[in-house]
Amino acid sequence: MTLALTRRNVTALLGGLSAVPLLRGSGQAERYIDVRGGGDFKPVNVVVAPFGGDSGAAMTSIVVNNFKRSVFINPVEGGDMGADSAPNMDAARAANAQYVVTGRSGRGEGRMKTEFRLWDVGSGAQAAGQQYVTDPNNSRRVAHIVSDAIFSKITGEKGFFDTRVAFVDETGPRENRRKRLSIMDQDGANVRHLTRGDDLVVTPRFSPNSQELTYMAFGAEDPRVFLLNIDTGQREVVGNFPGMTFSPRFSPDGQRVVMSLEQSGSANLYSMDLRTRATTRLTDSGAIDTSPSYSPDGSKIVFESDRGGTQQIYVMGAGGGGANRISFGSGRYSTPVWSPKGDYIAFTRQGSGGFAIGVMKPDGSGERILTEGFHNEGPSWAPNGLFVMFFRNGGGGPKLHMTDIFGRGEFPVPTPGFASDPSWSPLLG
Amino acid sequence: MNNFASMHGLKFAAALAAALALGACSKNPTDLDGLNGSGAGGAGGLGGAGGAGSARPGSTQDFVVNVGDRIFFDSDSSEVNGAGQTTLDKQANWLNQYGSYAFTIEGHADERGTREYNFALGARRAEATKNYLISRGVSASRIKTISYGKERPVAVCDDISCWSQNRRAVTVLKPGS
Repeated sequence: MTLALTRRNVTALLGGLSAVPLLRGSGQAERYIDVRGGGDFKPVNVVVAPFGGDSGAAMTSIVVNNFKRSVFINPVEGGDMGADSAPNMDAARAANAQYVVTGRSGRGEGRMKTEFRLWDVGSGAQAAGQQYVTDPNNSRRVAHIVSDAIFSKITGEKGFFDTRVAFVDETGPRENRRKRLSIMDQDGANVRHLTRGDDLVVTPRFSPNSQELTYMAFGAEDPRVFLLNIDTGQREVVGNFPGMTFSPRFSPDGQRVVMSLEQSGSANLYSMDLRTRATTRLTDSGAIDTSPSYSPDGSKIVFESDRGGTQQIYVMGAGGGGANRISFGSGRYSTPVWSPKGDYIAFTRQGSGGFAIGVMKPDGSGERILTEGFHNEGPSWAPNGLFVMFFRNGGGGPKLHMTDIFGRGEFPVPTPGFASDPSWSPLLG
Repeated sequence: MNNFASMHGLKFAAALAAALALGACSKNPTDLDGLNGSGAGGAGGLGGAGGAGSARPGSTQDFVVNVGDRIFFDSDSSEVNGAGQTTLDKQANWLNQYGSYAFTIEGHADERGTREYNFALGARRAEATKNYLISRGVSASRIKTISYGKERPVAVCDDISCWSQNRRAVTVLKPGS
């Protein structure tokens, strides 16, 4: 595998990471499991042997914890199998495992060196391997990168562990909730609160380079859409609109923000070019048009509108114009979000069974409900398009959950307290 | 951002109004402490002192207690219904009599809707309320609107008795105006 190391990642996040392949011979080329088939499947059993080295235990724990929420990989804790030579496969066969992971992680000369090898139990050959040298402060990220490398080798899909989640941290009584804009790693580590909770904040959305958030906040003036640079804390209003702006989202190239503007009781979609500050009006229906989301190629926008009487999902060109309704099931459809793979649109559906999270193809066909009850809302995609994160208000307050796109495996996402409005970042690497 | 003292005054006044109009959310008396029509970023409190019995004519207390500062909507509707019209007629009379007050109409939605849609729905309710008051002779220049969507419920049980209290538009007078 190769790591795409942009300057941002090296300087801002990893403090200089170098990656060296550790693969001898020709690794197994084929993926082991087809995760997009949607049918019955057995998770792949993977023995994760304890990593050696002074950081090995922490590394092993993060990798195992990641795989526990991966749906497709079932981690099996194994005994020490060494880090270099081919492990004894008898124990792995006894555990009915298809793969073994070995590795080590430790410090030396102010740097941290981590390596892993993935072994195919059937052939006894090494299937993948990599060595990473980085700043010791980035050990958790290296564990996620290792997890992604193994997930990719086994599924043939990109990983999703080296990612962050932006969300709204909620504290205090329901009638006067304190809401803080927050980010964390996808496994709940490294929580940072980006606002203090003085102003009501909702619906954070990551920029494509993961460095900025766009969100809606209340303040002294009308509620508005803001941009926040996560590292510098610099904040600015998006556009100078004569009314409330809300429901923002970045374009896939990061050059635009699309959002709703409320005026005289109707909400229309606008986009703003972040360089020229020029704004473009995209809809003019007199209805409530909101929750816009671009297709991954940037050519189309999916959004919800009640122009036909109830909330339904529509698709139009990114420049506005004629919109086609694509949702025709029972109930009200809202919060559509286009998968980064382009193959599905996730949504919230309100019907007799409560609030469901589902997916449908961009032409409206193939609708599938992933979870239903009171009250699920606000899906966000993993960067590989295999998982959806959402919030569920199950009494007391909302919490984050994730599921695969066939609803075969659902897991709570750990947060410090009540949490809503998740936004899953792209892969940081 | 929030002026604590004025928030306190608002809570008190809003609690009184809800208690008189509805009996509030009777399941949980402690909810009265939290009843708060404005919330973070709200338009400010309702100044003045004294309870319902001592509301001075033309005071914010007078408006809240004797006129009624809020109307309620049917589910997913922004139409001002008969009861709402009755209240808004009284509001318009009072506001026309005491013409120095500027005010904000806060639109709210219940929790049975998605967050983004509810901001727009709350805005529609505030707009409908504003237009009704204008039709009764209140000057548009005195009126601001804001929507809190489903972010600031006054009643927090999970059934219809609370949802119906949360689908509301609240007329909040600007103190000292």
